[in-house]
Amino acid sequence: MSLTPDDVRKVAHLARLGLDETQVAEYATELSSILDVVDHLATAQTDDVAPMSHPLDLSARLRPDVAQATVDREAFQAIAPDTADGVYRVPKVIE
Amino acid sequence: MNWETVIGLEVHIQLATQSKIFSSAPTAYGAAPNTQANAVDIALPGVLPVINAEIVRMATRFGLAIDAEIAPRSVFARKHYFYPDLPKGYQISQYDLPTVAGGHLDIVTEAGGARRIGITRAHLEEDAGKSLHEAFDRETGIDLNRAGTPLIECVSEPEITSAAEAAAYARKLHSLVRYLGICDGNMAEGSFRVDANVSVRPAGTREFGTRTETKNVNSFRFLERAIEYEIERQIDVLESGGTIVQETRLFDPDSGETRAMRSKEEAHDYRYFPDPDLLPVEIDAAFIESIRADMPELPDAKAARFVAEYALGEADAAALTGDRAWADYFEATVAAAGGKKATQGKPAANWITTSLAGELNRSGTTIDEAPISADQLGGLLARIADDTISGKIAKQVFDALVAGEGETADAVIEARGLKQITDTDAIEALVDEAIANNPDQVQQYLDGKTKIVGFLVGQVMKASQGKANPKDVNQRLVAKLDAMA
Amino acid sequence: MIHERSIAELIAARATGEFSAAELTAHYLDRIARFDDGLNSLITRTDEAARDRAAALDDGVGAALSGIPVLQKDIFCTRGVRTSCASRMLDNFIAPYDAGVVERLDEAGMVMLGKTNMDEFAMGSSSENSFYGPVRNPWNAAHVPGGSSGGSAAAVAAGLAPAATGTDTGGSIRQPAALCGVTGIKPTYGRVSRYGMIAFASSLDQGGCFARSAEDCAHVLGAMAGFDERDSTSVEREVPDYAGQLDGDVSGLTIGLPTQYFADGLEAESRDVLDAAIATYEKLGARVVEIDMPHTDLAVSTYYVIAPAEASSNLARFDGVRYGHRCADPVDLEDLYTRSRAEGFGAEVQRRIMIGAYVLSAGYYDAYYLKAQKTRRLIADDFHKAFAEVDLIAAPVTQAPAFAIGEKADDPVAMYLNDVYTLPASLAGVPGMSVPAGFSNGLPVGLQLIAPWFAEGRLLNAAHAYQQVTDWHTRRPPGFE
Repeated sequence: MSLTPDDVRKVAHLARLGLDETQVAEYATELSSILDVVDHLATAQTDDVAPMSHPLDLSARLRPDVAQATVDREAFQAIAPDTADGVYRVPKVIE
Repeated sequence: MNWETVIGLEVHIQLATQSKIFSSAPTAYGAAPNTQANAVDIALPGVLPVINAEIVRMATRFGLAIDAEIAPRSVFARKHYFYPDLPKGYQISQYDLPTVAGGHLDIVTEAGGARRIGITRAHLEEDAGKSLHEAFDRETGIDLNRAGTPLIECVSEPEITSAAEAAAYARKLHSLVRYLGICDGNMAEGSFRVDANVSVRPAGTREFGTRTETKNVNSFRFLERAIEYEIERQIDVLESGGTIVQETRLFDPDSGETRAMRSKEEAHDYRYFPDPDLLPVEIDAAFIESIRADMPELPDAKAARFVAEYALGEADAAALTGDRAWADYFEATVAAAGGKKATQGKPAANWITTSLAGELNRSGTTIDEAPISADQLGGLLARIADDTISGKIAKQVFDALVAGEGETADAVIEARGLKQITDTDAIEALVDEAIANNPDQVQQYLDGKTKIVGFLVGQVMKASQGKANPKDVNQRLVAKLDAMA
Repeated sequence: MIHERSIAELIAARATGEFSAAELTAHYLDRIARFDDGLNSLITRTDEAARDRAAALDDGVGAALSGIPVLQKDIFCTRGVRTSCASRMLDNFIAPYDAGVVERLDEAGMVMLGKTNMDEFAMGSSSENSFYGPVRNPWNAAHVPGGSSGGSAAAVAAGLAPAATGTDTGGSIRQPAALCGVTGIKPTYGRVSRYGMIAFASSLDQGGCFARSAEDCAHVLGAMAGFDERDSTSVEREVPDYAGQLDGDVSGLTIGLPTQYFADGLEAESRDVLDAAIATYEKLGARVVEIDMPHTDLAVSTYYVIAPAEASSNLARFDGVRYGHRCADPVDLEDLYTRSRAEGFGAEVQRRIMIGAYVLSAGYYDAYYLKAQKTRRLIADDFHKAFAEVDLIAAPVTQAPAFAIGEKADDPVAMYLNDVYTLPASLAGVPGMSVPAGFSNGLPVGLQLIAPWFAEGRLLNAAHAYQQVTDWHTRRPPGFE
């Protein structure tokens, strides 16, 4: 499977990675060679095999519905790039 | 051309839990920004989700109430998109294995049309935070308090055919989740949010038209208006040769119109996959049975019982069971009144749906804050039933109780001296007096115009200041007049 | 010398008053100051906090590992201390909370000396992919220490700390342990809390440790392991007294050698080292048999679908909004995202994010992600079948000893293929170790031991037995004595 520069632009957009054209070309080559390795999967016979999402065959352990009001907003926002009046700020979004 | 409408509703139901779906932060509404978003909710590096047990109980309750399948194994998946109020860059939701699948809701429109609407699925997911677009000139503010609030997203089949049906469906669902105690139903605070997928197609055709999704509708009335507007708009576009664009539209309650969202929409590729941080939720038959055993009586069953047990008409029963608080008030009133349910039901229903409803409407309060308690109203009904007071006097007592003039109906009756006169001699004297004072009317009676007796009863009632029992007075008058013939 | 002693000896020396925690800490901090410039094994040093804590521990009653120094891989969140994951994205990230592992080692009395260097977001096998520059192998500074936990392995090999933590997603503890000549263990998936361990691939990531012997690893793992209710994949299961149960007896154990792990590609000198190690086990009374693990060849392709898929998702939270790198003067939201992420992530991380987004995207999910989930089960089933017959599996860790820095930097695929012996155990979730077993061209070679799910005790004891009759684990790189 080889990826075209357009494919790379598409996944870069999905992943919100800003690439210049040189990078697009480089990644097209590199990602294609990675997919060549991965394409080996197609050789496996998996008709009756159930997908495995998780190494241990367990079910969810549920947490009791108890609220703990221990939010240290000041500590959380001390590491934030841009906050004001207790909210995080991003460039204006228009709906 | 004739057009027909196809509507599917997606309803986001906020679950009334103490803590969030995957974190222990509280879910209370209205706190200062970002004070109810803990490390998990703001998606710090390294944090992990843990499922709240209560959401599984609530989803099971909901599934049983709509007669759906409860999945023995359901899986949370990640739905990816970038948006600043979605801290992880993905929403944890359910995809191909939701907890609740199938089911239906029976609706009756205000015009009386009854239909069964299919429900495709109801999946559990987390809510996003809020974007505050108006807070700053050049920035959008992000408040993550709501992030991680548990939701059930209930998706109907695209088989609703009018705005009125859509409103009836939404009202019924709203009533149901409040009955189940899984949602507070507060639409203004966003606890119950309805998105409408609307399309039109030439009548009689099978293929769906292109649909739009209308969001931001926060009342049933607006829902109906938004859908009506959208249907008309789509028909106008098509009839003038245009095409419908698949898009998300926002309802503006001020203009009553919908408008396309300004942000650029793109074909989404959500890249769902099972969340590796979470294990499958397993629900066994014993758990389902324990939830079933604990189910409250639901609106349809309650209405049927009210008809059978209290001898109510269908309309009264439906009106009283739409909201659990009203139904509970009604039953408490009848219980307090004593006597047979089949006898007391109808008068209780009348007092509640007319006098009390009018009072609440006037004061803008809800049944939970009713100025007269079910005990007080029941006590009043008991005094009517045992002829202590007449219906006319009863309204005075009701108003006095609403005004807080006494603890009980009896206290008001006593204080105001409203008790019916039961002293036979006194009534006999008033009857004799009426016969003596109205010879013309007496003569008419004797001439065969027996209906005139009503006038004489009125005279006696007037003389007794309403405290005589009109039935008793009538009997005595007739007996005396007949003896004169 | 203090840094030549085992953890048990250090505990004893503390108890007899031979030296204090403050002296012990000072000794290792001195070594870090002397040697780390050449190794670049640490990203952040916490000398002052370490000295304060050691002094405080000298004043009170000690827990099990009271006063024993440790280094934390910079993937574990440490409250008030930069937690960078070796990424520009988190260069400014001061974690506001402690990881479960950090809490546990603190409670056990260990003294953190600093945070170790690694491949960015644990993606890599050489510790060259770090925003803070490559880590060097103490045995030969021109060579890589392995990765992703290369800083931890190099630091323990150089005697900068008696132990260090690591994480292993596809070999990131076992491979650097092998290349640096130290003992490293990756326990069963679910044994050590992932809470506060910055996620790379959630269904594979597992914390573990490095030390100079299996016995030392037993002490540290015993303190690290255990149930954590904040991690839904953490297993509620009692942790045995690993150190207390070491008896060095492997007689009667059956050890399986998978044919597929000893096929072409394994360097001849490394093969000789492994043969000798296996012969030692036979001498100790173990029975050695060949076994078949027919799906081993699917491990690389399976792993390089699942790990990038999970990584692309896990790394979506780094968006420049709430923490981490934000580009200068974003003109709009799109610009904020695309520039912050392009500037914040290095090339290998970007490659994996894009591969991951691709294999999950519409039209490719079934052929790649779903298919890989199925081949993952085939690989795990190989282990189920093997452990029905044998008690342990012995295998190489790598095809060859440490390669030169830069040698594979331009060829990501060559780097991936190098993980072939460590990936299967990660995909299955079983515990694995690397034990120093000899040298090839003057560079260490490790023996990989793999045990069934939750049999870490058996694994550590088998390694301990070997270390009772060999001295490879006591060899020190020249210049670091």
